[in-house]
Amino acid sequence: MQLDWLHVLNFKNAQEREISFQPGINCLVGPNGKGKTNLLDAIYYLCFTKSFLNTSDTQNIRLDEPFFMLEGRFRKEGNEEHIQVSFKRGQKKQVRRNKKEYEKMADHIGFLPAVMVCPQYSTIVIGGSEERRRWLDTLISQFDPLYLQNLMNYQRVLLQRNSLIKQMVESNRWDEGTLSVYDAQLAKYGQEVYQVRIQFIDEFMPVFNEFYQFITSGAEEVGLKISSQLDQGKNYAALLTENRHKDRALQYTTAGIHKDDLEFTIHRMSIKKFGSQGQQKSFLTALKLAEQHFLKGKLNTSPILMLDDVFDKLDPQRVKQLIKNISSEGFGQVFITDTGSDKLKHLFEELGIQAKFYDI
Amino acid sequence: MYIYYLCKMEQFSSKLLEDAIQSFQGLPGVGRKTATRMVLHLLKLDKPQVEHFAQSLHKLRLEIQYCTQCHNLSDQPICNICVDQKRDASTICVVEDVRDVMAIENTHQYKGVYHVLGGKISPMDGIGPTDLFIETLTDKVNSGHVKEVILALSTTMEGETTSFYLYKKIQESAITISTIARGISFGDELEYADEVTLGRSILQRTPYENTLAK
Ligand SMILES: [Zn+2]
Repeated sequence: MQLDWLHVLNFKNAQEREISFQPGINCLVGPNGKGKTNLLDAIYYLCFTKSFLNTSDTQNIRLDEPFFMLEGRFRKEGNEEHIQVSFKRGQKKQVRRNKKEYEKMADHIGFLPAVMVCPQYSTIVIGGSEERRRWLDTLISQFDPLYLQNLMNYQRVLLQRNSLIKQMVESNRWDEGTLSVYDAQLAKYGQEVYQVRIQFIDEFMPVFNEFYQFITSGAEEVGLKISSQLDQGKNYAALLTENRHKDRALQYTTAGIHKDDLEFTIHRMSIKKFGSQGQQKSFLTALKLAEQHFLKGKLNTSPILMLDDVFDKLDPQRVKQLIKNISSEGFGQVFITDTGSDKLKHLFEELGIQAKFYDI
Repeated sequence: MYIYYLCKMEQFSSKLLEDAIQSFQGLPGVGRKTATRMVLHLLKLDKPQVEHFAQSLHKLRLEIQYCTQCHNLSDQPICNICVDQKRDASTICVVEDVRDVMAIENTHQYKGVYHVLGGKISPMDGIGPTDLFIETLTDKVNSGHVKEVILALSTTMEGETTSFYLYKKIQESAITISTIARGISFGDELEYADEVTLGRSILQRTPYENTLAK
């Protein structure tokens, strides 16, 4: 799968921009603030219908303009796919595939798989549990639409249950009967989500380990595991019942898979607490490259790989290692942003890898 | 300048016109432009025609009733479905509102009666179980005259919640609780299901417990 052509209108700081890309490695080069990252975000938008920086659609409209529009011509399994995302202030965002509008955005997720590696994602390793859940959910949703459906159902029931709790507390009419209806639904969808998460980590762990060892060329033992209130075979319904008191006091649902976390470890120690910055960076890079590789296996197509500002802070030896890796057979189309073009250019020449450079 | 003049005209040439436009404006899907078109159209009709139009709306609002048995819209205290001796009163199809009754009636496949809830449970929208006609349904079930209750709510999350709530309320009784098997995707409202599919599924209903399979 690859992106042949990109058209951006009123998106972030770009008024209008049109670029044709090549199948292998594409380097967007230029000083900071010129919008290299925004172009990657435009590609991300076309794949995920939203920004990788998790900003609202309105925030992504160019200043004083009424709308933004993004267009991409992709090629997937020999077919040309025209994707368009447009958003006008105060209106519903529209996503079109070959001119036909999607009824549900969720139907587009996973159709054009992509993986983003960027400094902002360090929050996956060092931030709150919410960041890790978002990473996990975005990844799994791309190859398992049923997972996405269950997750969306779960979130809907959760919102309703929270509203119910609030109303019951305010009106001082606690109704266990109605609450148990929501509990049963949370348990039904939550259990499904939990099981898929566990199974995913089992499958993903060996892939991740391989990439981590490759990047660090070391012998550090890394770990990756789900940490959930449902661990050790905890019954979902029982969990919710036990926490009703707490829910009532805090006026929201305090237990369930929306509290799940991922434990990242090196030598069985939390990398968030005890890892060096270098280790955290390597961990994230390995996580992301493994993600790309894993998705490729699941989807039978190579996801687009985007590396934003990744080489700047890595030591030259690692950069070389990384470039060798991503230009090998397994990886498809790659987008790289970088501030200093010469260094990167020389490196590609030295390794005999063909890369196209674009001045942004 | 010319456009400015036109705008002024539209606002002040006739208070009667303005009032009528205001009345149409704000109906579902009707903006100012459409409202103006509708009102100007009415002015082209014969006076008796418009009289009939106004009368029908007036009477509708004043005289419409809710059937005391099934809560469907009706001209009499008991609607013509509930009053019909040929309908099987021991089979009750539970739906959200009158549009669902119309959709199912259009299939000409269903011979039982209805129970219109008046919505679905959604705390986010401030609608709890007590805001719906649920007690009258449990009363009917407890009366012992009911053999089967068919849950035909939409497949949205709120529809699912409401079905499950009802199921829990009446599962103790010895009646059959079924649901209509729809070949349509999650999130679809009953109203939009096509007649043939809906007609078939109302005949081939499945036990509600089957949908609870873990
Ligand atoms: Zn009736």
